Amino acid sequence: MSTRNWLLADSPASRFQANAGRFYRVVTALMRNPLSLLGGLIVLVLIITAIFAPWIAPYSPTGQSLTQRLLPPSGEHWMGTDELGRDIYSRVIWGSQITLTIVALVALISAPLGLLVGAIAGYFGGWVDRILMGFTDIFLSMPKLILALAFVAALGPGINNAIIAIAITSWPAYARIARAETMTIRNAEFISAVRLSGAGPIRVIVQHILPLCTSSMIIRVTLDMAGVILTAAGLGFIGLGAQPPLPEWGAMISRGRTFILDQWWVATMPGFAIIIVSLGFCFLGDGLRDVLDPKSEGK
Amino acid sequence: MSPLLKVENLRVSFPTHTGRVEVVKGISFELGRERLGIVGESGSGKSMTGRSILKLIRKPGLVTADRMEFDGVDLTRQSERQMRDIRGARISMVMQDPKFSLNPVMTVGEQIAEALVTHEKLPRREVNERIYAMLEAVRIHDPKRVAGLYPHEVSGGMGQRIMIAMMLIPEPELLIADEPTSALDVSVQAQVLDIIDNLVTQKGMGLILISHDLSLVSRYCDRILVMNSGTVVEECAAGQLEQASHPYTRGLLAAMPVIDETRDELPVLDRTQWAGT
Amino acid sequence: MSAITLQDLDISYGDTKVVHGVNLDIAEGESFALVGESGSGKSTILRAIAGLAPDWTGKIAVLGQARTHRIERSVARQVQMVFQDPYGSLHPRKTIDEVLSEPLVINGIGDRGDRVEKMLTAVGLDHRFRFRFPHQLSGGQRQRVAIARALMLEPKVLLLDEPTSALDVSVQAEILNLLKRLRKEQGLTYLLVTHNLPVVSFLCDRLAVMRHGRIVEVADVGLLKQGQLREDYSRELLAATPG
Repeated sequence: MSTRNWLLADSPASRFQANAGRFYRVVTALMRNPLSLLGGLIVLVLIITAIFAPWIAPYSPTGQSLTQRLLPPSGEHWMGTDELGRDIYSRVIWGSQITLTIVALVALISAPLGLLVGAIAGYFGGWVDRILMGFTDIFLSMPKLILALAFVAALGPGINNAIIAIAITSWPAYARIARAETMTIRNAEFISAVRLSGAGPIRVIVQHILPLCTSSMIIRVTLDMAGVILTAAGLGFIGLGAQPPLPEWGAMISRGRTFILDQWWVATMPGFAIIIVSLGFCFLGDGLRDVLDPKSEGK
Repeated sequence: MSPLLKVENLRVSFPTHTGRVEVVKGISFELGRERLGIVGESGSGKSMTGRSILKLIRKPGLVTADRMEFDGVDLTRQSERQMRDIRGARISMVMQDPKFSLNPVMTVGEQIAEALVTHEKLPRREVNERIYAMLEAVRIHDPKRVAGLYPHEVSGGMGQRIMIAMMLIPEPELLIADEPTSALDVSVQAQVLDIIDNLVTQKGMGLILISHDLSLVSRYCDRILVMNSGTVVEECAAGQLEQASHPYTRGLLAAMPVIDETRDELPVLDRTQWAGT
Repeated sequence: MSAITLQDLDISYGDTKVVHGVNLDIAEGESFALVGESGSGKSTILRAIAGLAPDWTGKIAVLGQARTHRIERSVARQVQMVFQDPYGSLHPRKTIDEVLSEPLVINGIGDRGDRVEKMLTAVGLDHRFRFRFPHQLSGGQRQRVAIARALMLEPKVLLLDEPTSALDVSVQAEILNLLKRLRKEQGLTYLLVTHNLPVVSFLCDRLAVMRHGRIVEVADVGLLKQGQLREDYSRELLAATPG
């Protein structure tokens, strides 16, 4: 039996086959939408570039060559060189590692944290809800960039602290979403049924409620990636994110400011990279939203 | 007397990931100024039939018919604008759950007024008079007070009566009622159906009553169409339901438990006999 | 022994009392119906017995044991519930196999594969449904799964909340037959909530008519079949039933 037939089988013979089939259907639905396909490709290129940076980049990202400074894009240097003679193309490629790291770590820290806080608050209600949501509201009420700035200023500049700062400002929104979903789901009869079998709150939350929150969570996280990238770039721009000589895109734009009129490529090339990657995440997130929409659940 | 509605070879299909699926497979029927019941289980295509008469089925659904004539007007050729003039004014539809078909942010009076003035330009005072008269006609005895209420403030039965008032106030010639009482309590069902029955007879309208309940339809209709999987399997007069000949109808009649039930087991439909799900 | 005993049961939702002073005694092996319109409190009583409506006063005893206000595993193995809406009572992301295995996992019962297969057969579901998702099943098939799930822990008492109201007539007949057969095979006690009197005639031995949270009449189904209910309200309900 061909793989495709196995995945689309009417009567799966195992749980693995059933879940694999569902995943396959989501992916094929996603690929049918040209914009989300484009977004997916962009994200894929980002990941591959980040992984294979040492082999793709023609030059070292930190190798200075003061005789070669501020050269325009050419056959030798596809994106030109910056004020210290470093090849911008290589720096952009190496910078993708930083971008990917930031995006991945922020997602991995903030989403599960927000999910858990929101689901617990939504499930138990009462004073648990009020305390947790009050806590969440405190974080939500502060402007994201300012809060991130404050954290980084307090903890000190550097890429790790930038990641923590952005993650801290991101999780409250996820908590709100998870709480709203949980409050809807907890009244469903399938939740009553599993409680009647003797399930405790942990099992109900982790195994029954959280899986249903993941769709909206995935969509929201993907769409937020663009914002995260921009915030990280913003921090880098101010000098509070990744420190030199790390080729972080925001920092590169910042340093290119002074030359922007005559040597536009120094600031614009990393700018393009940010735009393209942000767009990619947006398209992918939009496509995911269409595909994972609960109303079309299981199509 | 020429029929009010003439439908020939009506087909409704929808695309699925395995190809196009027909949910109504070429049915034909005629309706005069009488009460026609369309009975079927879920998936039989009865609701789709009702909606296609009013051209309420949007892409990607596809509706085709050799003929779909209402009082001489060819419905298949009507544009969306022309259909809007017909909907409400000449053909009306009452749906199942007033919770979902009434606008929650408008008062009852405002909604009924809207139904009226969409088709007739009338001075304000006359509009109000018509509204109160209509509410009385559906046995709401405090029309002024009720007209100021919001949908969530009225009971299910009253909501459905308001729906009927809204749909009948422009005085249409044909009423399509799609499971009008399924969401209501048993004791209220009879009341609502009586109201529909009286108004339809009074105004000489045609009625298409769509339901899954055979006994209900046999009580309130003159003729019955039994649908299964998109086709009409039986057509008979309401009084002759007991002599129904098609095995599906007989199966359906037998499968319902009765008050003086003595059977140990209910006879079950053998679905392999016709293409069911 | 009495399967379910209710004494002076009052149930409230927030500030409103919805059930007033209910007294009921259901014998083991009996099939009992609670009949009434929406708002009569019949479903609420079921939920209180199951442990899902914790705001009650009075006494609820199941199989001789007075129950507390919380859900407990010991009670879960004695009484289970089948819900009304086949589309809402199964988790959309779990396969049928997971749905049926879970009660066993929670209660530490082994032999799961075997038990699941046996239960699928008992409720008349083909084995090819085992790893499907709920959206791939019809309403009647889902209700069979709901019944199977309720029986996984081998309870003696089954609470049924309008189990066939959302189903087509032909499918309802199949499910009613299944329920009747299972009860005979396993000696179960049924407490059935419904507004449909003919179903009561088919499936039950006794019934109680409820209105506005109170019991209006308790009668033998024989009387129902002869149309001889005593109270005016009961007769009203009977008259409103078509057919």
